[in-house]
Amino acid sequence: MSAPAPGGAPLVRIARLAKGYRRGGEAVPVLSDITLDIAAGDFVALMGPSGSGKSTLLNLVAGIDKPDSGELLVGGLDITRLGEAELADWRASNVGFIFQFYNLMPVLTAFENVELPLLLTSLSRAQRRERVTTALGLVDLTDRMSHYPNELSGGQQQRVAIARALVSDPTIIVADEPTGDLDRKSAGEVLALLKRLNAEMGKTIIMVTHDAHAAESARRIVHLEKGELVGAEAGG
Amino acid sequence: MFFLNLVLKNLFRHKLRTLLTLTGLVVAILAFGLLQTVVHAWYAGSDMASAQRLITRNAISLVFPIPTWYRERIRAIDGVTDIATSNWFGGIYKDAKPTNFFAQFAVDHENFFSLYPEFIVKPEELAAFKKERRGAMVGRLLADQHGFKPGDVIPVKGTIYPGNWEFIVTGIYEPRDETTVTRQLYFHWDYLNEEAKKRYPRRADQVGVFIVQIADGSRAAEISQAIDKEFRNSLGETLTETEKAFQLGFIAQTETIVLAIRVVSFVVIVIIFAVVANTMAMTARERMTEYATFKALGFGPAFVAAMILAESVLVTLVGGGLGILATFPVAAGFKAALGTMFPVFKVTQDTVLLQAACAVAVGVAAGILPATRAARVRIVEGLRHIG
Repeated sequence: MSAPAPGGAPLVRIARLAKGYRRGGEAVPVLSDITLDIAAGDFVALMGPSGSGKSTLLNLVAGIDKPDSGELLVGGLDITRLGEAELADWRASNVGFIFQFYNLMPVLTAFENVELPLLLTSLSRAQRRERVTTALGLVDLTDRMSHYPNELSGGQQQRVAIARALVSDPTIIVADEPTGDLDRKSAGEVLALLKRLNAEMGKTIIMVTHDAHAAESARRIVHLEKGELVGAEAGG
Repeated sequence: MFFLNLVLKNLFRHKLRTLLTLTGLVVAILAFGLLQTVVHAWYAGSDMASAQRLITRNAISLVFPIPTWYRERIRAIDGVTDIATSNWFGGIYKDAKPTNFFAQFAVDHENFFSLYPEFIVKPEELAAFKKERRGAMVGRLLADQHGFKPGDVIPVKGTIYPGNWEFIVTGIYEPRDETTVTRQLYFHWDYLNEEAKKRYPRRADQVGVFIVQIADGSRAAEISQAIDKEFRNSLGETLTETEKAFQLGFIAQTETIVLAIRVVSFVVIVIIFAVVANTMAMTARERMTEYATFKALGFGPAFVAAMILAESVLVTLVGGGLGILATFPVAAGFKAALGTMFPVFKVTQDTVLLQAACAVAVGVAAGILPATRAARVRIVEGLRHIG
């Protein structure tokens, strides 16, 4: 089954994508024949039970894993053909990451964590400071910029991670279970923030979740099961 | 700046672990430096040896003397510029305690000190020495240890030359530099020989060694052969060698101990390598998710590897640096505690360089495996990692 983008040229084009792993000399298919288009400015939730391949699909789109076969174009660029170094450069300027457990550097302050992606750019120190302050302002954490992760709540840490994902103005933001480690209130705040980023700033967001309530925040919900795309529906 | 800041912050992330690793490094580098200094001290006598001096002794063994009349025959050999007798006396000062032990030599009072320019002697004291039959020149180190000063009488109980002997301190000779050993007492060969004629006549007119001065050090082998040839097939055949070879011959008798000290010093380094390598492996394993996150954000594998290597080298540099700094006062304390056992006990530049090289080598070697592993780990595996 395939899921087309809701109109316009797709930002992400996935065609006949397959991925498997070898476990004990045996090939284990994880994704097979995935075809999916995601338009610029879309907010897609990938849903499915554990082992359905949703995180693997997200990793492939984010360029941190490589498919066995098929096409994967982001912004017209076939990222499957890029070498490791090229792929790292591509990720630095095109992908913002939000992880389930935030993955902030514990020895760096909120400001320094958000600044990380900008260190790979040619921006001056003053320009970086301005961008970081703006990003932290968007997640309403300007007053916590000098705090270390262990001085922040889970929700605040995830908001710092969102600021880090935003700060380099990437083409897409990928979020792997962004509310999986949060209480209901913090999860609600994070989802509202993602929704706002998509609606007000036009950010393209691909989010993996197994929480139907979280998926409701997306414009489109794509269902996976046993490595196959089984359906797509409009979100909330 | 960011990189250094990150490495420093990571270094002190687990303060207790870092502190314990640093303590281990300080102790190891300090121990290595001290053991290397002991080895250097062992060779101090040979370091002082001159290329222009040969030692002629009995070919059978040093315990057998050679006749004094050989002196003039040797002096006549081409290339020899001067010659002096030197005879081990082996007397006991006060008691047989090692701390009271010092070497006494009966030497030709007229020219001995001209053969040893590394001993700085005041002309008036040298003149007094030559004039006084029982006169003795005492080295600065020995004088400071026992408080000897000109005019003092040093009573010594003879062992090789039994009986009670008395030497009058006529002067204190100073070292030319820190490698010069000044722990000996020199007195008149003539005094010893005259007393020997009276007390044990059969041992008179015989000497332990001749110190032979030559003009050209490059002719040492040729002149040595010429000297030994002069006395071939005589009752007292000679063996002549450079002063350095003569000194090393003594050290060779304790070579196993020196070798053991050397081996132990490097074993210490191997042990601390294992400690630091374990610390770095543990550290890198715990932070695998962070390294994967760095890579996901676009930082290359080289950045991750450099971060681990820099942390490893930094910890060994700090520990090694503190260890090197601690070596100097500890070596000074060591020297004071040992008395005159090691007359030259100096932390050399070579030792410091070797300590620094070992610290850096340990840092690089300990960091290279975890750095390589972190650089190679696939991002998706690293993100799944539980430290």
